[in-house]
Amino acid sequence: MLVTAPDTQISAPAACGQRERLVVIGNGMAGCRAVEEILARDAARFAITIFGAEPRVNYNRIMLSPVLAGEKSFDEIVINTAQWYADNGIALVSGDPVVAVDRAAQTVLSASGRIEPYDRLLIATGSEPFIIPVPGKDLAGVVSFRDLDDVDRMLAAADQGGHAVVIGGGLLGLEAAHGLTLRGMQVTVLHLMPTLMERQLDEAAGWLLKSELERRGQTILTGADTAEILGRDGHVAGVKLKDGREIPADIVVMAVGIRPNTALARSAGLDVERGILVDDHMLTSDPAVMAVGECVQHRGICYGLVAPLWEMCRALADQATGQPTGYTGSVTSTKLKVSGIDLFSAGDFSGGDGAEDIVMRDAARGLYKRVVVKEGRLVGAVLYGDTADGSWYFDLLKKAEDISDIREALIFGQAFAQGGGALADPNAAVAALADDAEICGCNGVSKGTVVACITGGAHSLDAVRGQCKASASCGSCTGLVESLLKVTLGAEVEAGPKTLCKCTSFTHDDVRRLIPERGLKAIPQVMQELGWKTPDGCASCRPALNYYLLCAWPGEYLDDQQSRFVNERLHANIQKDGTYSVVPRMWGGVTTPAELRAIADAADKYNARLVKVTGGQRIDLFGIRKEDLPAIWGDLNAAGMVSGHAYGKSLRTVKTCVGSEWCRFGTQDSTGLGIKTEQMTWGSWMPHKFKIAVSGCPRNCAEATIKDFGVICVDSGYELHVGGNGGIHVRATDLLCKVATERQALDVCAAFIQLYREQAHYLERTAPWIERVGLDHVKAALFDTADAVAVLAARFRYSQQFMQDDPWAKRAAGAEAELHQHLAEFRPFPAIAYKEAAE
Amino acid sequence: MSPQPLSGEWIDIGPVGQISPGNARTLPVQGGEEIAIFHTLNNEFYALVNKCPHKHGPLSQGIVHGTVVTCPLHSWNISLKTGEAQGEDKGCVPTIPLKVDAGRLYLQRAALMAARAPERAA
Repeated sequence: MLVTAPDTQISAPAACGQRERLVVIGNGMAGCRAVEEILARDAARFAITIFGAEPRVNYNRIMLSPVLAGEKSFDEIVINTAQWYADNGIALVSGDPVVAVDRAAQTVLSASGRIEPYDRLLIATGSEPFIIPVPGKDLAGVVSFRDLDDVDRMLAAADQGGHAVVIGGGLLGLEAAHGLTLRGMQVTVLHLMPTLMERQLDEAAGWLLKSELERRGQTILTGADTAEILGRDGHVAGVKLKDGREIPADIVVMAVGIRPNTALARSAGLDVERGILVDDHMLTSDPAVMAVGECVQHRGICYGLVAPLWEMCRALADQATGQPTGYTGSVTSTKLKVSGIDLFSAGDFSGGDGAEDIVMRDAARGLYKRVVVKEGRLVGAVLYGDTADGSWYFDLLKKAEDISDIREALIFGQAFAQGGGALADPNAAVAALADDAEICGCNGVSKGTVVACITGGAHSLDAVRGQCKASASCGSCTGLVESLLKVTLGAEVEAGPKTLCKCTSFTHDDVRRLIPERGLKAIPQVMQELGWKTPDGCASCRPALNYYLLCAWPGEYLDDQQSRFVNERLHANIQKDGTYSVVPRMWGGVTTPAELRAIADAADKYNARLVKVTGGQRIDLFGIRKEDLPAIWGDLNAAGMVSGHAYGKSLRTVKTCVGSEWCRFGTQDSTGLGIKTEQMTWGSWMPHKFKIAVSGCPRNCAEATIKDFGVICVDSGYELHVGGNGGIHVRATDLLCKVATERQALDVCAAFIQLYREQAHYLERTAPWIERVGLDHVKAALFDTADAVAVLAARFRYSQQFMQDDPWAKRAAGAEAELHQHLAEFRPFPAIAYKEAAE
Repeated sequence: MSPQPLSGEWIDIGPVGQISPGNARTLPVQGGEEIAIFHTLNNEFYALVNKCPHKHGPLSQGIVHGTVVTCPLHSWNISLKTGEAQGEDKGCVPTIPLKVDAGRLYLQRAALMAARAPERAA
């Protein structure tokens, strides 16, 4: 929303020979800077009085962090000394805040009762910390981080040692946490969002920052929603989160944000929205009153950073001295003032249409650089680890210069991009390297070696990686190797095997191998360490990485719901009309009249439009609305049924025939074995869906020979079959082995599943997997060493203890309810038009 | 939260914290189309009619990456910024102007009421 500029010009000057009286409310950075700018233009124009709430001279508020950290003293951050006020004839009224403005009389009233008349008034009241309205917010020991008094309180607490909790993982909160850590406190940062500094950083940089802070001993809890601040004898004792966790605290720092301090302006009757509305000349709705700094709202924006202040003050001074120029808004950049952490962000890095991301990651040096280019101009930048080029990028961004000519080299920074001539072309730059220049730091491979490898016949990236190891480890030199291929072979470069997706140069096998090898335990970490080319991946690689991590680190990796396909997020199958189908589990395909009644009741109650028996011997209820899912699951749970996982890349069903208990041909208890198999395998996540069947005799009524794992019971034991598929390409199973006992059959089943889980590519069924690696490979992995089956089965069973957790029960009990609810409902027509869903 | 007045250009649909990053939530409009409101991993918000231009799949249930959502039915990629199908696919879904102010989300009233489902691709 735009503020319309008042047409009014500045009112007539005061009587001849008399200076205009300028009263400034706020002795902070904005107020004093505005005065400095005015003095620089026309030192004799105004008689100036400055009111300050704090009992001290003006200091550099953004340097409070270094004071807290012990890197600077208060004297070092003073901007304007008492001498400056005296030299410039400024009357400073400190420790006596203005409490009212009478615009009709053109006077201000201070807390002590002082009345000061003005011709021009400047409001620079800044902002105040936002205090989250939770119980306990007024306890002693709960502080904000805004002024020197707050710093003194934090330092006093730090002297006692103990635990500090900082609420807010933004710029200010992290600087407070850093200072308190250096002062010897045990610091926990609570951040509501999943990514630290989410307004300034993308997921990748946020993850790097979190890892580094954790390495320094801070505890960082993201997604942490504060419920209450706990007290003991009137003093803070801890913080309780909405999920029930409690964190001990001897001091709590609230640093969740700031809001413009507009109370005075509002009571004076000036136009105020979020901030005091000002035009491009920093004039409020009253032309005799100016406002500047964090208290204002200009063209719909309230700024909370220091740089825009300087630009506002310039425009204000131009106007106040009769040469108005105007302020059109600021592009802001951010740097974190935590020593040893280099972090910079500026502009718009949301990507989107026409915007191209250029990403460079260097895992070895912990470096992440991302610039966003749109229509030939730089529009955003995020730098972590090396911010030397931050100001250069920021300059390009503000000037909106055409960077097409240096686009190829932009990400390498100013020195490289503006090196001119050959250096601006990365291929030429690589060509210019000496033969002994190191290309791959991980494996110590020189340019000469790589080129020799290429001329020796390695005509693809993959071949180079295979033969000389260059870029085979962290991948950060992939670009260099690709350039060498281009320089050496020109158009002869061959595409290598298919990569996992377009975001990476690595294949599925590479990624699967590197995750355990390099101890990668989170999606952003994989992307950083393996040099992902996009900031946060795509719909292909995110689910794949989520599965690979889940498989590699059972019990340790936290499943990323945002990386899952809708069916696995909502635990039901989405249908073409956007409704869902619900399949309760029936162990081995066996049910009871009571279960059938409960299913029938649920079908009625939730208007299932179709009730269908599936190919896997289950009952499928179609047409269930997303909003009704938790309720129908609750009803089915109450009847003893759990999720059938008919929706997942997971164990689907174990289909059985009735076997020796009833069938006159049955040789073994196929139903019983099917139930045991299903109880062992349900809930396990797999590369793709996985179906099992157990037939009681070779007549094979359960169709076990087109399943991923099939058992055919015979008189002497159990034939175990693998790799069948009844899909587009029908494939009958291969016979894997024959065993004598149920126990052996279960062990081989567990071992085979685990081998598939650990080795197949994401979205590869067992049939194509076995065709790719060969049945002999599978047999060798299972049977060549005596204990392979036992070891694999043990790994499967270990993993299963974390997986066999009915997802329906948690949702039915209210977990993640927001996934099933509308945000709100908009009814434009009836009288009471707007209805909010429960928050 | 108390009910909001109906007047005004922008409709308050509640605090930003109701949608976690990487997720979307829905807003049915009586007499109009259901709207999907997205929160990207980059902490931006977008609103689109909750129907893929292909077969009307619920975009709100797709995987969000960058400023693109992948439709859960047939994996069309739809730009959250323009509603345009990406790559070889052709089609467009209406977007609703959205603004974030003081931690709350607002949708433009006129666009919200005028939004119509995209024509289904053949």
